[in-house]
Amino acid sequence: MERTQQHRQVAHMRQSLFDQGLLDEQFVQLEELQDDANPNFVEEVVTLFYRDSARLVLNIDQALDKSPLDFSKLDSYMHQFKGSASSIGAKKVKSECTLFREYCKAGNGEGCMKTFQQLKKDYAVLRKKLETYFQVIFHSLLFDKDGEN
Amino acid sequence: MNLGSGQGSMSTASSSGAWKAGDVVPDQFPAGLRVLVVDDDPTCLMILEKMLRTCLYEVTKCNRAETALSLLRGNKSGFDIVISDVHMPDMDGFKLLEHIGLEMDLPVIMMSADDGKHVVMKGVTHGACDYLIKPVRIEALKNIWQHVVRKRKNEWKDLEQSGSVEDGDRQQKPSEDVDYSSSANEGNWKNSKRRKDEEDDAEERDDTSTLKKPRVVWSVELHQQFVAAVNQLGIDKAVPKKILELMNVPGLTRENVASHLQKYRLYLRRLSGVSQHQSGLNNSFMGPQDATFGPISSLNGLDLQTLAVAGQLPAQSLATLQAAGLGRSTGKSGLPMPLVDQRNLFSFEAPKFRYGEGQQQQQQLSNSSKQMNLLHGIPTTMEPKQLATLRQSAQSFGSINMQVNAHGNDSSSLLMQMAQPHSRAQILNETTGNHVSRITSSMGQPVLSNGIAGGLLTRNVIVENGRGAGFNPVSQGPSVVEFPMNHTAELPGNSFPLGTNPGISSIQSKGLLEEVSSEIKGSRGFVSSYDIFNELHQPKSQDWELQNVGLTFNASQHANSIPGNLGVSPSVLVHQVFSSGQKSGQNMNTPVVSKAMFSVGAGSEHGNTHNISQHLNTLVDSSLRVKTEKILDPSCEITPFPEHYVQEDLMSALLKQQEGIGPVEGEFDFDGYPMDNIPV
Repeated sequence: MERTQQHRQVAHMRQSLFDQGLLDEQFVQLEELQDDANPNFVEEVVTLFYRDSARLVLNIDQALDKSPLDFSKLDSYMHQFKGSASSIGAKKVKSECTLFREYCKAGNGEGCMKTFQQLKKDYAVLRKKLETYFQVIFHSLLFDKDGEN
Repeated sequence: MNLGSGQGSMSTASSSGAWKAGDVVPDQFPAGLRVLVVDDDPTCLMILEKMLRTCLYEVTKCNRAETALSLLRGNKSGFDIVISDVHMPDMDGFKLLEHIGLEMDLPVIMMSADDGKHVVMKGVTHGACDYLIKPVRIEALKNIWQHVVRKRKNEWKDLEQSGSVEDGDRQQKPSEDVDYSSSANEGNWKNSKRRKDEEDDAEERDDTSTLKKPRVVWSVELHQQFVAAVNQLGIDKAVPKKILELMNVPGLTRENVASHLQKYRLYLRRLSGVSQHQSGLNNSFMGPQDATFGPISSLNGLDLQTLAVAGQLPAQSLATLQAAGLGRSTGKSGLPMPLVDQRNLFSFEAPKFRYGEGQQQQQQLSNSSKQMNLLHGIPTTMEPKQLATLRQSAQSFGSINMQVNAHGNDSSSLLMQMAQPHSRAQILNETTGNHVSRITSSMGQPVLSNGIAGGLLTRNVIVENGRGAGFNPVSQGPSVVEFPMNHTAELPGNSFPLGTNPGISSIQSKGLLEEVSSEIKGSRGFVSSYDIFNELHQPKSQDWELQNVGLTFNASQHANSIPGNLGVSPSVLVHQVFSSGQKSGQNMNTPVVSKAMFSVGAGSEHGNTHNISQHLNTLVDSSLRVKTEKILDPSCEITPFPEHYVQEDLMSALLKQQEGIGPVEGEFDFDGYPMDNIPV
């Protein structure tokens, strides 16, 4: 049945996000917070994260362009970024944040830059995947509604 | 698929209003716990809010520390617990933590993505009651209510330890404990307890070896000796060893002195800090006032004179007194004044009250000055009662409170204070009725009641306060509210049992003494209250209700309105309120008062008011004050006294309270109170 298929698709997608290490338990926490009062809670939070963190990413990029590098500032930015990312359960991005901060502490500018490039990639990939995921969910809900009658 | 599975419909709104005093059923606890969450990260903030709502808490979120502080200041008893991020752009989370601890004494939970040991340690040393690592799970939030309960419990314990807690208080306490939801209750004794708790904490920190040391009860006399010794040595040079030697009190250890000194210093620091913020307030007054610790006993005599001479202490006289006080007091500039003043007031008050003369004087003072001012000078230590008293008598009270609170003793210092605040009050009064609320000395307010009551009753007598039933006396000024607030009935929602708390009175007497000492400690809170007053002042709208909330100890609300310090006997407050016949005017005060109280009590109040009634809590929040107030606190909520405070009324009200004379119910004219009834 369509609905079941849709649901399966959603479930499958979801599982792969976890399997690939992109999401962690915190994401589940968000899902559990979703309820009738806030039916789109997860999507809202993720959207908010990406909107808010965009400026942080920009700040870090700019800071990395400076010379010499201000590691404490970089570390501070990354601390914020990490906090945000971890709150939505972005596992991979979070671990990259940790790595970045370690390079900062070590004063390793190159390490920082490389890590940040990777981080941005993962950050973008996650965004895309989550967008798709939410679309699939939305789609499946349509099916649900249709099927209910 | 977890979609839509969620938690089902979480009633996010369910928590709202759950904590209204008296409204909530204990069973609902911890539902309705009022949480303030501060985090500059919008994502985290959104998630936290949702999580807390899911836990059925009432959530307020803000993304800036400054906003959070003003929110807290504007509604002292409006929150039960604060959760704050460590790293924020406008203010360091630990700094916010400090502020909250000092001013409101609410439990604060820190959180951060940083789980480094040193950061967590920092949280501990700054007094955070917990530290959460981000990302925060909902499970971690489900149990945060324990911190609220624990703090209250500790405050209670502090109260008991200090011996100020009377049976009446005890009785209230159990009920308080059960009735989690009643914020008013919590506020009452919470304040006092907070203060005590703070004190305890400080003590504990001082002596890390023993977590629970046998507490030394810093009675008024003991504290006076302490202050005298400190002043003699010079605040900067005062070391515990030397102070101990000077005091020459058998059984007192250096550690006791050391921890007390630390608190004292904190208090002084706050006072001076606060005096800077006071807007429109006579900073000079404030500063000095805080120094209720002024060792100048001779000033007392002076004050008396001053008081006697002019119903209203002209600013000059006060200034003189202060100056004198200053001269005597330690070299600390600015501080001595308040100290002296306060002390003086205190001492003055006592005798004055006793003889009824003081009343007149006070009345005179009060007449002249709006109550508001009175409170200003009142150091945190001012017993709420005293403050309350001051309030009523307007100026005079203010001074009294100041003093009274500071000393917590029934000494004449009250009188002195009266004199001083008087001038101040005048200054303050000018600001408008609101000033009353301004009574930065919010402490003073309670002090008034206390002071006056105390003054009249003297320590022992204080017990009489029974009238003040509202006294939470000991713990908080707010308790005063309980007192004869029969009138408060008029106040919307004010259900001050003023004068009805017999139990309280008993406590009061005891608590008074203890309170006094603790009051001093509480002085810390005092400073903060000062600010609060200012702040409170602003919102003062005529809504009496709001203010009354604080006052009316029914206050379902938290002691917002009545800072614990308000020790002003409720009756007095009530009078004021009623006398003015305008709620609006009074409301002003209330809010101010309560606010001030909050700041002052910084938690000290919380515990105190417990006994009287929840409402008192609000007032009493300034537990510091409460202590002294106990005596007088009969509901001395700092009722927003409109310009016309009749000092006499206040006095009589206070006296009545003490004597247990019928509460001021319905009759706001203080005149009716026979002065000779004062059970001096």
